[in-house]
Amino acid sequence: MHKKVLMSGNHVIGEAAILAGCRFYAGYPITPQNELAEYMAEHMRKTPGGIFIQAESEIAAINMVLGAAAAGARAMTSSSSPGISLKQEGISFLACDELPAVIVNIMRGGPGLGNIAPSQGDYFQATKGGGHGDYRTPVLAPAHIQELADLTMDAFDLADRYRTPVVILADGMMGQMMEPVIFKTPPPRQYDESYVLKGKEMGKSRFIRGLILDAIRMEEHNWKLYRKYQVMAQKEVRYEAHLIEDAEIVIVAYGTAARIAKGAIKRLREEGYAVGLLRPITLWPFPEKELREIAKKVNSFIVFEMSTGQMLEDVKLALEGRAHIDFYGRPGGVIPTPAELAKVIAYKARRNER
Amino acid sequence: MITKTIFAGFGGQGVLMMGYTFAQAAMMEGYHVTYLPSYGAEVRGGAANCTVAVGDEEIASPIASEPEYLVIMNKPSLLTFQNRVTHGGVIFLNTSLADIKPTRKDVTVHEIPLAEIAETIGVPRGQNLIMLGAFVRKTSLVSPQSCLKSIEERMKGKRGAAWESNRRAFMAGYEWGQSK
Amino acid sequence: MKKVYSRPKSLKPTKFHYCPGCGHSTVHRLICEVIDELSIADRTIGVCPAGCAVIAYNYFDVDMIEAAHGRGCAVATGIKRVLPDRVIFTYQGDGDLAAIGTAETLHAANRGENFTIIFINNAVYGMTGGQMAPTTLTGQFSTTTPFGRSEKLDGYPIRVSELLAQLPGTVYIERCAVNSPLNINRTKKALKKAFLYQMDNDFGLTMIEILSQCPTNWKMSPPDACRWMEEVMMKEYPLGIIKDVTAIKGAE
Repeated sequence: MHKKVLMSGNHVIGEAAILAGCRFYAGYPITPQNELAEYMAEHMRKTPGGIFIQAESEIAAINMVLGAAAAGARAMTSSSSPGISLKQEGISFLACDELPAVIVNIMRGGPGLGNIAPSQGDYFQATKGGGHGDYRTPVLAPAHIQELADLTMDAFDLADRYRTPVVILADGMMGQMMEPVIFKTPPPRQYDESYVLKGKEMGKSRFIRGLILDAIRMEEHNWKLYRKYQVMAQKEVRYEAHLIEDAEIVIVAYGTAARIAKGAIKRLREEGYAVGLLRPITLWPFPEKELREIAKKVNSFIVFEMSTGQMLEDVKLALEGRAHIDFYGRPGGVIPTPAELAKVIAYKARRNER
Repeated sequence: MITKTIFAGFGGQGVLMMGYTFAQAAMMEGYHVTYLPSYGAEVRGGAANCTVAVGDEEIASPIASEPEYLVIMNKPSLLTFQNRVTHGGVIFLNTSLADIKPTRKDVTVHEIPLAEIAETIGVPRGQNLIMLGAFVRKTSLVSPQSCLKSIEERMKGKRGAAWESNRRAFMAGYEWGQSK
Repeated sequence: MKKVYSRPKSLKPTKFHYCPGCGHSTVHRLICEVIDELSIADRTIGVCPAGCAVIAYNYFDVDMIEAAHGRGCAVATGIKRVLPDRVIFTYQGDGDLAAIGTAETLHAANRGENFTIIFINNAVYGMTGGQMAPTTLTGQFSTTTPFGRSEKLDGYPIRVSELLAQLPGTVYIERCAVNSPLNINRTKKALKKAFLYQMDNDFGLTMIEILSQCPTNWKMSPPDACRWMEEVMMKEYPLGIIKDVTAIKGAE
């Protein structure tokens, strides 16, 4: 067990990754995640076998990660929104080639160059397979720094277990903020090495490819990936249910927005509103069943996001009209206060009663 | 209960170090803590500030829209932040670099001549720790022992001449707080 | 009777899909001969491009990975850094290397990544059907320069080898061709020298540029394509060593 330390999210990701056995990092500077690349520059090169490359672009970085993953390394890259857009080609190739890798997105305001303030505008891109073609990536959305450390370690295991790129989706606040953290000691890496290219050594030569010209065989590959995603959807859903038991209104929020929601819930409960929170920790796979379960007792949901409403669509799909769904969003890098959110929810609650 | 403090000044005054030292001390005492620095374009041009939230319960937002405490190291920071502090809150003001008074009449103001105190004790670079000492004495959010331990931690346990200067600066501030 | 010619061991016994007279098959064979002669088939990893050689893994009996268009040098960087004792080569065309992948190529060279680029220059986009390449000659016809490449409208042909030779990270660059037996032999020597350098060192990029015929898209017969290369293409892209700071003498 490691000692409790006060660390920023960006540094925590770096440290957790190295502890999890990540030995290859390539990235390109972009605010607000520069501290992660800087941490890797120092600590990867101090770690035996650790490789750090400041790439010429985000596109190059993700493709270096692809090469490193093919060569058997635990590999990671990180960026923020505009840079993640550039990486989509590589993420699509990783998904097709079935190579494990971890991609960190410390989201900022967008679209376009946007700003460097915390935002949640990349939900669609992360959860719906942001690049071309028919694929998904598991998306982990931490809401505090300890969870960020734990999920970073878990991301590498998930990537290995399903041979898939895994996305950690946090925002600028999670990257910059410090909180106490205790790093776990992760178990040693366990994975099926059969895909790793090392030179054919004494066996047969192998290749990793994404081009499958024959449509029937490409379809087979698509269904194979789909079945893998179905298994993930069955087994890998994670969420936190907070004060759900007696709730009459349930907020659905993730990451930084979920923290603010908890603050709002505290205020609302003091005012006598029975409000709870469902916080998806995996944004894909999404906790659909759990939402439907809650909807058996609760008729009023409020989706709260730092966007104009993206996860909202998944909540609607999950509930299929079973309950009333409201939405409150602050896009563009605005972080509402718990007091503001509490006011909005109290207003909506009174209006819905009428 | 959660208490929020904004530490503000310009780069080089040790503003972030002051906030971090305090936050780490609170962590050592077992509190929930968040520390949020200003970053990016916000700090180009020299401004530096950080927000520390300390509480005995989970902290929802690390941002302080209405902080209980404001620690102000220079005049521009006073102008930027004085309207944010909550009704009945407290402003710690470095009068050596702020020649104006806060316009807020509903808050308590502690005026601390950091340059003067630093000169008296012969630690010209210890102004942030003098301020922290006074802050800790007046707020009692953490113990002075935890703060000293936190400073030591920052210096990786080295108890050399630099440690001694830092300790002296912190204690000078603490004693100033006691006397006022 | 003495056997004087046979298929190299590391070339799979598969029929090539390349067009009649195409240079790719010759280059594939040369690479395999070199791999066999250096006995490195068990520790070589190749990176194939998007382009006509995209399924090169069907021919090379070594470990291979396919890179996205232009990303060969980034993928090779990742592999080589993780497995520094393996022999890594990228096989890239002119569009892959010098248009969409310019940044990856230039920066791998600038970092002195210790792998070998095998650069196939046929002055045209082959797989997509004969569009202008960065190396298409001034005045040359292609499907996207139907009036001939105009310097004013389409830019100049890029001499990639000369460009990369400027960078301290490159150690050996030679331009070869596969249009005649003499040039084919020279190409093989150059490939061997590049691989040898890579095996003996831990820093420095090596690149062999190979002028390669594309009779189909040049709309010529194979013999005419070989002649056109000699008479026209080599004026723009003269053969020979562009840069050599290795201590290795030409491999025999």
